Parts: sequence; C-alpha cells; structure tokens
Amino acid sequence: MGAERLASHVGRLGPLPKGGHSLVELLVRTGLTGRGGAAFPVGLKWRAVAAASRASAVVIVNGAEGEPHSKKDRLLMSSRPHLILDGAFLGAAAVHAKEIVLYIGEGHHAAMRSMAEAVAERTAGERRLIRIVLAPARYVAGESSATVHLVDAGIATPTTTPPPSHQRGVAGAATLVQNVETLAHVALIARTGAATDTVLVTVAGAVRTPGVLEVDSGTPVGEAVRLAGGPSEPARALLLGGYFGRWVEAADAWSLPINPQALRAMGLSLGCGVLGVLPVSQCPVCEVAGIMRYLASESSAQCGPCFFGLRALADACTRIAERGTDAGDLQRLHRWSAEVQGRGACKHPDGAVMFLQSALKTFGGDFAHHPAHLRRSA
Amino acid sequence: MSKRFELAVDRIKCDGRGLCAEILPEMIRLDSWGYPIIAPGPIPEHLMGLAQRAVEDCPVLAIALRRAEAQKQKA
Repeated sequence: MGAERLASHVGRLGPLPKGGHSLVELLVRTGLTGRGGAAFPVGLKWRAVAAASRASAVVIVNGAEGEPHSKKDRLLMSSRPHLILDGAFLGAAAVHAKEIVLYIGEGHHAAMRSMAEAVAERTAGERRLIRIVLAPARYVAGESSATVHLVDAGIATPTTTPPPSHQRGVAGAATLVQNVETLAHVALIARTGAATDTVLVTVAGAVRTPGVLEVDSGTPVGEAVRLAGGPSEPARALLLGGYFGRWVEAADAWSLPINPQALRAMGLSLGCGVLGVLPVSQCPVCEVAGIMRYLASESSAQCGPCFFGLRALADACTRIAERGTDAGDLQRLHRWSAEVQGRGACKHPDGAVMFLQSALKTFGGDFAHHPAHLRRSA
Repeated sequence: MSKRFELAVDRIKCDGRGLCAEILPEMIRLDSWGYPIIAPGPIPEHLMGLAQRAVEDCPVLAIALRRAEAQKQKA
C-alpha cells in the first residue's frame, strides 16, 4: 500500500476544515487521549499550549516510535501522511504556532519518504511552517522533553521538568508534542465533529500474522489476536501496552476491551497499542529478564536511580533466569523497584519498574521456582 | 496561607555525593546506590535551617526548596 496522495485524501475526506478555539473545546468534549503511550487528554494539552503560546508556539509531530514492537505510527506515516499533516496544521492554528517539526524515527525510511512527499504537495504557506528532524532510534527519544531537547540541541535525552514542554519547550516557546496517530484522530474529529471510534494496535509475538490493525474501539483483545491469524501456539500471557505495559494471564486477556478509557478504569493502559502474545513454550522469567536488560540499556544515563537502579534490577532478573531463583535476589527485585519508582527526571524508570512489578505479580510462581538454565553444548 | 516548603532534587544534576543526607538525615536517606530519597511533604519548621544548609552545601546545586503548594498544582 502506497502513501495516499493529496488529491485522493481531499477527495475522500474533503478539505481541511477550520480549527481554532472551537476545535480545542471539541477535543476536550470528545475526551480524545494521546496515542503515544501516556494517554494525556489532548484537549487539555492544546488549551495549555494555546494559553502559553504568545503566537510563537511550536508543534512537534511525534513519529519517533521507539517502542520495539510497535509499527502503527510508521504504517500511518507511510500510508496516510496527509491525515497527520492535517492534524498538525489544525494544532498549529489552535495554539498559534509559528513552526511545525516532523520528528521521525531515523530508521523509518518509508515513513520519512512518504511524509516528505506529502509536505511537497502542500501549499507554499503550509510548507514554510514545516521542518523535518530525524529522531535517533532510542527508546527515550520519543519522550516529550527529549523531543524538545533534540530539536533544540541535537541531544535526544529527557530534561528536568518543571517547566513542562507545553509551557517552555523548543527555544523557550510553548511546545505541543503530539503523537502522529493522535493527530490523525484530530483531523477526523475536526471534520465530523464527533469522537473517532477506532484504535490502531500492533499485534506482536506468538501470532500467525503479526502486524498493525485498525479495530473498533472496545473490540476484545481476543478478537484482535484472531484477526492477526490467532495464536501460533498456546498462549500463556499478554503484554498489554508495550514495554511500559502490564502482563495479563491469557485467560483474563482475551475479553479485555481495546479502549483507552475502559482499560484505564480497570487499572490497565493501552499505552502505545502493542498487544504482545507470550506462548506457553517461552519462559516468562527469561523474557522479562531480556526486556529489563533492554530497558536498563535504554536509560539515558542521566539520573542515578534510573541508570544504576535499572541495571541492578536487570542483573538480578538475569541471575534468576540463568542460575535459578535466589531468595535474596527476589527480595531485592521488590525492594529496588519500590526505591527507583518516581525518582527520574522522566518516566523511564517508572515505566520499567511498573513493568517488572506487573511481571512479578503475574508470574510470581515462575519467579519463585525458576530452575537454573545450565549451559549445554548443542 | 502560611509559606510551607519542600525539598526538590534535580535528578539529572544530582550525582549522589550524599552531603544532603548527612546534613538532614531526618528527611533525606540514601538509596542502595547513594542517591537521595526525600521524605514527602512539607519541611517541619524546626528543620528549615538544616534544609537550607542542605540546599546551599550541595556541591552540584542539585537540591532546592520549593513552595509546597506549587507541587499540588503540578500534579
């Protein structure tokens, strides 16, 4: 599927409607939340940026998509670039922005090409607003203060807040950082005046045809897994929402509704929309240890509790995975995750320890009785 | 409204020298890697002097006093 050209985009949906203040209030009413992972209410964010803007705000269109299994943002950029640009122009008008930065993951080549070609089809006035910036392929590169830091100084690491980006972002200007899927929803809401009722998810792991799906909001997780070809072998558990998400036993997972608000009410989060299926044949402890090592290595190494804490947690997980359960390590996992929580400049350490705590809860028995994996020659 | 203050650590500046925990152990302890864990909530009146010293003596200026009610607005 190639990128949709401007003529067919306008033919399908009609021209870009006027936005402005009434759109902000419409977004507040529809309750749209961000689809990058944090699920922040979009209308409230736009209101805050508009209030701090002084006609010099910046809009960052966040297509970094650093989440390892997520593919939905790059698929959207490479197939519906004008929908995203519409959302960006509506955002720029609503918050009185003087610049739009397309912030695209450096490895997402098709997405980059598609977005650049779409920009070239726009009017001179629109093109003048836009700049494209490459985001490094790091997990934290999409964090909102990190996007601002990269645009400002070429360094994609989070910075200390407050002040938050929506008050003081790029070059000190109020900055609206918004995920690409979120902006596509805005472009549709502005046209219909009503809340959108679909969600993009990436089904990953032990399914027959992993990939991106657009499903109706509220679709059961099991239905999305079935649409992805069904489990390729018996499933043990689901990781809902990517590496900052939560583990759910397969038996409880299939009936969960794919709806950000409904999941939040259950203490879960759709996060960035990754549904990862773990098969019974795979050891959850070893899987969790691998993800913890990844998250530790993706710390931007700025804050001590994150840099040292995540490393220590990943090491303890790995010891249990390789040498078998040790009561001391198990205790340390619980104590250290509580210690690390809430003690970084950004939410990277919090996301990692909440992932781990959810694993310790869901796979408590596995962690308590993990055998040593003796190395054997093949 | 009385002015109540709390301690805020800039986690990026902080490199775990640990002076603050020596000056104000009543409110600051160190984690397993030597970085400060601050007791939540406003600083009691009788500890304000020590809290100010912890702020001033931090070698990397990573700790600050801020109005306790500002925190509630942020959340």
